[in-house]
Amino acid sequence: MSVAAAFFYLFACVLVASAFMVIASRNPIHSVLFLILCFVNAAGLFILIGAEFLALILVVVYVGAVAVLFLFVVMMLDVDFVELRQGFLQYLPIGALVGMIFLAELVLVAGTWVAGPTVASVPQIAQAGTAALTNTQMLGRVLYTEYVYFFEAAGMVLLVAMIGAIVLTLRHKPNVKRQNISDQVARTAKTAIDVVKVKPGQGI
Amino acid sequence: MEISLSHYLIVAAILFTFGTLGIFLNRKNVIVILMSIELILLAVNINLVAFSAFLGSIVGQVFALLVLTVAAAEAAIGLAILVVFYRNRGSIAVEDINAMKG
Repeated sequence: MSVAAAFFYLFACVLVASAFMVIASRNPIHSVLFLILCFVNAAGLFILIGAEFLALILVVVYVGAVAVLFLFVVMMLDVDFVELRQGFLQYLPIGALVGMIFLAELVLVAGTWVAGPTVASVPQIAQAGTAALTNTQMLGRVLYTEYVYFFEAAGMVLLVAMIGAIVLTLRHKPNVKRQNISDQVARTAKTAIDVVKVKPGQGI
Repeated sequence: MEISLSHYLIVAAILFTFGTLGIFLNRKNVIVILMSIELILLAVNINLVAFSAFLGSIVGQVFALLVLTVAAAEAAIGLAILVVFYRNRGSIAVEDINAMKG
């Protein structure tokens, strides 16, 4: 068995085991940590297969951002997770049944499927004509030319997600003094100063 | 023994199954359901990248990048909705989410 195959089995086994622990562990924080392990191992698989850019993006985006977001939310919400675990065993039979059927179908498809003539037996450097390029360069050449609209649509999706998350979670507390810039800008000398003529001997 | 496309496909299939199983088992915990959805999208990404590598075409990786973007956006929006819901109701149990039921 070659070194690459050994690493494939290592990454795949840890990936599957940690995916199981994500759904089976009692504490959601452990779930998040196993999710991180899952993503790191998937990144290892990607590197094995030659997709270095996506592997590192996976580590940066998922481990750096999404998993930390999950951790923040799990720690921010004061939820009784023991109560939420109830019914786990109740749903186990139907869940296991559906899972087994699904897995059997997928494995049957993957097992009986015969690769076409264009499928290589080993992972190859994509587009052999440009073999001098790295994975990142190849991805960039395609992404910014042929698929630039998809790239911009992905940017729009992220923008909408960012605005949506901010709008959803931003909370204006009452009784907090805030700067009102339009009021400040609209102030003139006339509205700011009120000149009162006071007659001598009388108050206002 | 050389690692072929089927190996990657089977790993992705197992991962996908665990994702769906997680949705079934953790019926009450929205956070774990969101994590299961992340697992499912990761399985899809592994499929896309494996086909991209074995077919010798970079386009699969472009698509995987887009899937990654959508997954990140979905996680952000989902968790934001979760925080707002917890603020209003004081619970994140799925069966309490019935305000829109007729």
